[in-house]
Amino acid sequence: MDFFNTIGLNHYLVISAILFGLGLFAIVTRKNAIVVLMGVELILNAANINLLAFSKYNGGMEGVMFGLFVIVLAAAEAAIALAIVINMYKTFNTVDVSSVDSMKE
Amino acid sequence: MTDITYTVIFYLFAAITVFSAAFVVFSKNIVYSAFSLLFTFFGVAALYVFLSADFIAVTQVIVYVGGILVLLLFGVMFTNKIMMTELKTDVLNIVPGVLLLVAITGGLIYTFLARADWFTSDNRLQGSVVERIGFETMSRYVLPFEMISILLLLALIGAAFLARFDKPRKMNEK
Repeated sequence: MDFFNTIGLNHYLVISAILFGLGLFAIVTRKNAIVVLMGVELILNAANINLLAFSKYNGGMEGVMFGLFVIVLAAAEAAIALAIVINMYKTFNTVDVSSVDSMKE
Repeated sequence: MTDITYTVIFYLFAAITVFSAAFVVFSKNIVYSAFSLLFTFFGVAALYVFLSADFIAVTQVIVYVGGILVLLLFGVMFTNKIMMTELKTDVLNIVPGVLLLVAITGGLIYTFLARADWFTSDNRLQGSVVERIGFETMSRYVLPFEMISILLLLALIGAAFLARFDKPRKMNEK
């Protein structure tokens, strides 16, 4: 019962492992490109939880700074990916990632 | 705040995060997925507060909820004919996906809990980290800070260039 009463490093690691698995599941099984992007965001959040948890239980600032940079990179990634998805929709008239198999119009 | 309240609130936010993330993944409706992602982001921000990274939590709320989620909703609305289709997303290879989910999550949890013997330091992050983030940004991390600002500028210009409605090739032909 001590594991459930005292919140430690392992609790955050378990949450991030579950989030990572769910994000990977979305990337593998979904056909819609937007939902695949949501899976990528879940994976980035899982990685960020890990970075901040190790930073908290280490006492250093490296994980916090890296977590900040990961959030900025996630914003850039979402903007670029949605621009690509909108172009994909204009070209192929669908966002189904399993039916888009040509790189030219 | 007593210890038992701390524990209960932690489990509450952990449950919100995990269950709304599961709803994002398993829901067939894309709009439901996007709005469930809102709760996931807020739950993760609350976990950041538990990890005494309050500045990161506020940044998470501003950037993810105010920026990325709105972008995702715009993406959903741009790429679906709302009046005629029902905003559904199909699933493919569900059996390998479930196997991968169980294998990856189970393997990671087994490794974290049973195999890895993490060494945790005695000095932990306490209180607010805003001031320390300011010092670190202007001293040790000044080069990554400048590089990531340039990268963000380039990415946003590139996204605006990619998503514009008239292709630049057509403008040259005129």
